[in-house]
Amino acid sequence: MEEKNLCFALSEEQSIMKETAAKLVQDTISQNSHEIDESREIPREYLQKFWELGSILSAVPEQYGGYGMGYSPIMNSIILEELAYGDMSFAIACNAPSLFLNPLLDLGSDNQKQKYVPQYCSEKFKTGTIALCEPDFGFDPVSLKTTAQKKNGSYVISGKKCFVPFADEAEHILVAAGYEGKNNLFIVSKDNPGITIGEREKNLGLYSLKTYTVELNDCEVPGEDRLGEEEGCTFERFLQKSRTALSAISTGLCRASFEYARNYAKERVQFGEAIATRQSVAFMIAEMAYEVDAMRLMTWRAASALESKGEAARESYLAKVFAGDMAMKITDYGVQILGGHGYVRDHPVERYYRNGRGIAILEGMATV
Amino acid sequence: MVNLETPDYLQNIKNSINGIAKGILRPVARKYDENEHEYPKELDMFRGMQIMSRPKKKKDDKPKDDKPKTKKGANLSQVVTIEEMCWGDAGLLLSLPNAGLGNAAIAAVATDEQLEKFGKKWAAMAITEPGSGSDSGSITTTAKLEGDEWVLNGEKIFVTCADRCDVVVVWATIDKKAGKSGIKSFIVEKGTPGFKLEKLEHKLGIRASDTGTFVLDNCRIPKTNLLGSAEVKTETEGFKGVMKTFDNTRPLVAAMATGIARAAIDFTREKIEENNIKIDYTKNLNNVTSLEKEFYLMEAHLEAMRLLVWRAAWMADNEQFNNLEASMSKAKAGKYGTMITQKCCELLGPLGFTSDYLAEKWMRDSKIMDIFEGTGQIQHLIVARNVLEMSSKELK
Repeated sequence: MEEKNLCFALSEEQSIMKETAAKLVQDTISQNSHEIDESREIPREYLQKFWELGSILSAVPEQYGGYGMGYSPIMNSIILEELAYGDMSFAIACNAPSLFLNPLLDLGSDNQKQKYVPQYCSEKFKTGTIALCEPDFGFDPVSLKTTAQKKNGSYVISGKKCFVPFADEAEHILVAAGYEGKNNLFIVSKDNPGITIGEREKNLGLYSLKTYTVELNDCEVPGEDRLGEEEGCTFERFLQKSRTALSAISTGLCRASFEYARNYAKERVQFGEAIATRQSVAFMIAEMAYEVDAMRLMTWRAASALESKGEAARESYLAKVFAGDMAMKITDYGVQILGGHGYVRDHPVERYYRNGRGIAILEGMATV
Repeated sequence: MVNLETPDYLQNIKNSINGIAKGILRPVARKYDENEHEYPKELDMFRGMQIMSRPKKKKDDKPKDDKPKTKKGANLSQVVTIEEMCWGDAGLLLSLPNAGLGNAAIAAVATDEQLEKFGKKWAAMAITEPGSGSDSGSITTTAKLEGDEWVLNGEKIFVTCADRCDVVVVWATIDKKAGKSGIKSFIVEKGTPGFKLEKLEHKLGIRASDTGTFVLDNCRIPKTNLLGSAEVKTETEGFKGVMKTFDNTRPLVAAMATGIARAAIDFTREKIEENNIKIDYTKNLNNVTSLEKEFYLMEAHLEAMRLLVWRAAWMADNEQFNNLEASMSKAKAGKYGTMITQKCCELLGPLGFTSDYLAEKWMRDSKIMDIFEGTGQIQHLIVARNVLEMSSKELK
């Protein structure tokens, strides 16, 4: 087999997909991203338009109702960046079906795939979701407080979850819970009497993304609905993909903040000159430029490792650490460069700033 | 197609160079830090190695295809090599025979005849003057053509490998009125009458590397020692050509910063682990000690530095114009290399302040990476001008 060389350039296929996603963003969310954020709801037709691109279904094997074109974390990262460049809530919402499909295809048993995947492969966008975050100080996705216990071949899950996107409408929720000291994913149907969907959350950012608290009280799940069935699943791999996805989203968000501040600085005249002609402003813009690029490269590095060997523990962790740190710095610079105008909601940089806080905090809200 | 997995050939280069860095450079790193200006004789074994080289130019080459080539690249191999060598010792790398910045300039712009004559010599680079640092367009050293010879006059400072090199690439103006476009570079051989090494500097770091001052007093060199064309163009094309060398060398300096920072991080990790704290790439940053959190952040920035370097080198390998990406890599690596080496000393506590260990040395060595080949401020200016699409007149 020919050795794969290092390459920083998109292939033709990747370029086309990137442009297609960019055009979709341009035609939908970018038209009125502010109004949508204020309205607290992403129009369903936008999500449907994304679904029709087919990027999610193309990764689903034909036998389960997809197009069987192969699965690529790098391609998914490229798409997520473009979507998040338009709006971070939009990116997470578009990706929601993958939250259910991707772990199922990756870690589920054949029976589970046959039973559940085709339900999500229709022509209509259908939300799937995952419940990972917990409303606790010091939440750690590797040591969950939600736990499962075995009882007569079933699992009984108890715990509290938060930031569960689309929990109100998703037919199934993948619930992350500890079992015998190891984290697992369980498929919980929405009509399970042990699950309670709480109030819609009011968050600092991501206004247009509906998220919910979810409570599990002695929620009994049949043994066949534990992902990977008897063997369980490698939960760590899901986290790696989620970290890579959040880095990709962060890259798009930060690029939007960078470009907006850059364009503003070129036009905004004070003391008779554009503020971009001042080094104090120009250097901030330079920093934003190379940190956005670095973030993208770290995302791609993690995605490359996932793509070639299905494992990116270190790469995805460092990408997420970097993205979490830099998202705040870059979106902060975005507000700062606009000054008072950046503080009012007429400009998008205040939204980027609020959304940016989510990168380091949110786990498992997207996947590649 | 995007692929940022380290290919085997680069991993192999990394492994073999790491052996050299560990076996040859590290053991004498402290010795030559303490004995500034002493020639590191251990480096003689590298004399035959041509680090800064290029294939001969072909007269009328290429039809090029549009697709970016993903061939095995010389620039990538070079940045990987440099990172490993600097992990061993940066001052010693800068003292490698035949691998001076002058060699890079010669490799970049020399004619085949010049390459033949000087390609195997150790070439230093002399740009900076007492009154001209980052503003290299303002240099006052002059070159005047008299018959078949150029006559050079002026003073050059901060010349790396000043004592040890065979030849020096000297920047001088052939027409002061023409400003930047009058600036050309000339190859001056050591021992030429009128070419005198005045003194050697004592420095904060990279002490293994000798830095000196040259005085040119009616120094006569052959006409053919001019690098590039003698024509003074109305535009600044010629100067840009000279500056283009920097697009090649900036990622190399960024790679040096990456190597030193990694040395500091590796040592810090070793000490952390000796104290029974396990570095674990799954832990939530909120649930670890402040020391661990700083460590993970440093490591993330180190990765970012390296990837920006690799991108700039990859672009050079694929014959893409990389002025922006070269400066991005150096802006990031200069700044964060300095920060990481400082932070490691802080985290190491007393072990970071004593000269029993190399951490304090790495903090001193790293600082130069944010200064030479264009300071961090200059790199940020270049990046800003690029992304803002502003000229050097619009953004000073």
